[in-house]
Amino acid sequence: MLYFTRLKTTMILLFCAIGVLLAVPNLIKRPLAGVPWPQIHLGLDLRGGSYLLMQVDMSAVVKEQLTGLTDDVRQALLKADIGYTDLGANVAAKRVQFNLLKPSDAAAVKPILQKLISPVEAAGGAPDIDVRIDPSGAATLTLSRAGLIAKQSQAIAQSITIIGRRIDGSGVVDPQIARQGSDKIVIQLPGVSDPNRIKRLLGKTAHMTFHMVAPNVNPETKTPPPGVEILPMLNDPAQSMAIRSRVAVDGADLTNAQAGQDPQTGGWVVNFTFNGTGARKFAEITTKNVGKLFAIELDHKIIEAPVIQTPIIGGQGQITGGFTAQSATDLALLLRAGALPAPLSVVEQQSVGPELGADAIRAGILSLAVGFVLVIVFMASFYGLFGWFANIALVVNLLLLVAVLSVMGATLTLPGMAGILLTLGMAVDANVLINERVREEVKLGRKPLAALEAGYKRAYGTIIDSNVTTLLAHIMLFIFGSPPVRGFAVTICVGIVTTLFTSTVLVRLITARWYIARRPAALPVF
Amino acid sequence: MKFITTPAFRLVPDGTRIRFMKGRFIGLMVSAVLSTASIILFFHPGLNLGLDFKGGVVIQVATPSKPDFTKLRSGLDAAHLQGAALQGFGNGKGVLISLESKANANATEQSLTAAEGVVKATIPGANIESTQAIGASVSDTLFQQGLVALGLSFLMILVYIWFRFEWQFAVGAVATLILDVTKTVGFMVITQIPFDLVTIAAILTVIGYSTNDKVVVYDRMRENLRKYKTMPLRELIDLSINETLNRTLGTSSTVFLAALPLALFGGASLSGFAWIMLFGIVVGTSSSIYIAAPILLLLGEHRLRRGPKTNEDPTVAKAQVRGR
Repeated sequence: MLYFTRLKTTMILLFCAIGVLLAVPNLIKRPLAGVPWPQIHLGLDLRGGSYLLMQVDMSAVVKEQLTGLTDDVRQALLKADIGYTDLGANVAAKRVQFNLLKPSDAAAVKPILQKLISPVEAAGGAPDIDVRIDPSGAATLTLSRAGLIAKQSQAIAQSITIIGRRIDGSGVVDPQIARQGSDKIVIQLPGVSDPNRIKRLLGKTAHMTFHMVAPNVNPETKTPPPGVEILPMLNDPAQSMAIRSRVAVDGADLTNAQAGQDPQTGGWVVNFTFNGTGARKFAEITTKNVGKLFAIELDHKIIEAPVIQTPIIGGQGQITGGFTAQSATDLALLLRAGALPAPLSVVEQQSVGPELGADAIRAGILSLAVGFVLVIVFMASFYGLFGWFANIALVVNLLLLVAVLSVMGATLTLPGMAGILLTLGMAVDANVLINERVREEVKLGRKPLAALEAGYKRAYGTIIDSNVTTLLAHIMLFIFGSPPVRGFAVTICVGIVTTLFTSTVLVRLITARWYIARRPAALPVF
Repeated sequence: MKFITTPAFRLVPDGTRIRFMKGRFIGLMVSAVLSTASIILFFHPGLNLGLDFKGGVVIQVATPSKPDFTKLRSGLDAAHLQGAALQGFGNGKGVLISLESKANANATEQSLTAAEGVVKATIPGANIESTQAIGASVSDTLFQQGLVALGLSFLMILVYIWFRFEWQFAVGAVATLILDVTKTVGFMVITQIPFDLVTIAAILTVIGYSTNDKVVVYDRMRENLRKYKTMPLRELIDLSINETLNRTLGTSSTVFLAALPLALFGGASLSGFAWIMLFGIVVGTSSSIYIAAPILLLLGEHRLRRGPKTNEDPTVAKAQVRGR
């Protein structure tokens, strides 16, 4: 009971000191830019801001993949000169299908189609497409489960990167963007009380492509010839235009885009620059097609379709689509950030204005403080000196808990703070158990040291059993619960561990030091 | 200095010997009635689902003067936002607008934008303080996932207590925890505290507290089973509860004191959380005594203790206690 090796004492105190040091950054603003300064993130209810839960439209990812695959199949079959009918994508069944004109070609087609398969690394090299050819000549290429899962994770990861770039470009400070579940993304925007501009920025996939306009096709027709699409105009959806489906130059090849004003007309424009590949393609197309119409498409709408006056060799161009200053700036930002792999939709939205709740938050924090003080007063008056030892442990416990949560980068909300307070209310339980045991031993007539020793020893079994039970239950909640439940379960688990340390090890050290210094004839129990 | 270092009071005087097990049938019956009533309340009228689970739109607006509800309502109707619930708050200088969720998340989110427009148009100088829009589809998965997680954590408690104690203890603890949770749900239906992610956290805290309390009381029973080889189980349970009474009340007092200011002055978002905690502390503490212990007595009377069957003579218990 009394014996602590010097090493052990040092370790315990060092551990507490590290905890306090890690907790301190939460009280003081970051002093130097270079110093790592782990802090608990304040939830949006404490600092104001917006929260968006966006869903990635995975069916669009599948659709796009099937469209690409259909194209690949068409070209492969053309190249091998094999006759087919009814080539098309079936989005519901996630496959591309066609019929061979001559079923006898099956043996020759199989290796051609198999060349389209690429292995999925995340699934141990499983194929991303299952190829089947019936003896009747019906062929299907179905996206495999492994391929779909890999594609989805890729789409989410890519979306998060693009969203990050778009939001950074909009000037929001310290946004947090994280994946949630298989197809959702959480976005937190501190200090943004009106998220409508951000929602507009994220509401576009911003996939820009350049196409040649299809001449001699009536834009009113319901049945465009193969390889031609009818798309509405961006500024006037009632108007539409027929363009060639083939992408002449892709917006993915842009390196830069800036909003600017046209020196001649004073109207807002977006200037863009291509990378090497883009510039070469752009030069080629514009050289071949001087005098023809060239359409700029953004998310299945035509921004404009200017006439190519002269070949554009330098890889630089300009879009004039009747922009305002804001819409030109936003489009330039979207083009710089890149296209989203799939459309996003807002599933959940919350925003808190800066004034809201200043009163409510003050009331909340005040009542938390009052609760904390009440616990301290109760412990002191119920157990006297031993109660004060427990109170010291309680304060260290709070600091350790804050330290661990800061290092983990946890987010603290008002209900989260209430949870921490109640965890602390329960944390004194270990000291209550010890003190009650010590008191029982005193009443049985033991000497102070023997009573302390027996009291601690007997209480340990109880403390371990009750805390391990609670810990295991919350670990299960953490593993199987939904994200908000998990956050709370983590706080409770961390609280249990820090409690076990402070209320047993630390309090025992304090008690031992006190006993050695005083050698009391009787313990201060009622 | 002396008054600081000496304890000031005890909650229960030494030598208290309340014969709790005498009231075991009343305890079990009251619990059965309350839990049954809670389950009925759960199905009808049902929990007051918060926005997290129900989906929908809530907009909180601060207005320079008392808002004109009729004008606001006709504006919302004109924007095809029928069925909006309007509620004044903050000394009349504010309004809370709630809309039901739409068929899909996008439509719900669009009705938020539309309603914001109506507010700005009909109430000059209005300040939109907070908005929330949640699609209904999210909630079902959250709810199911929550139930599965809860079930598994109960299973974990069952296995651990079985491993460390005896199976009778494990069954007693988990059955009591389930009864505790049902009563908490019943309490939420009666008080109409909204059921959302915050109150789920409160229920988790209640479960943690209750588990802790049961294990502590059980631990003393296990110890006494080894210590008093011949004492009948019924008296042994009473003795154990009495011996741990000061710690039970001590710990529940600290948690109660921590939660009380929150419930009274903590503001809307915290008071629901705190009231559930307060209720949970009372239920969790009393269920350790009146539910978990009687279940153990019923299950373990002939198994945990092969001594003579308990008779109703209280002098036996007293003699045994004095004999320590």
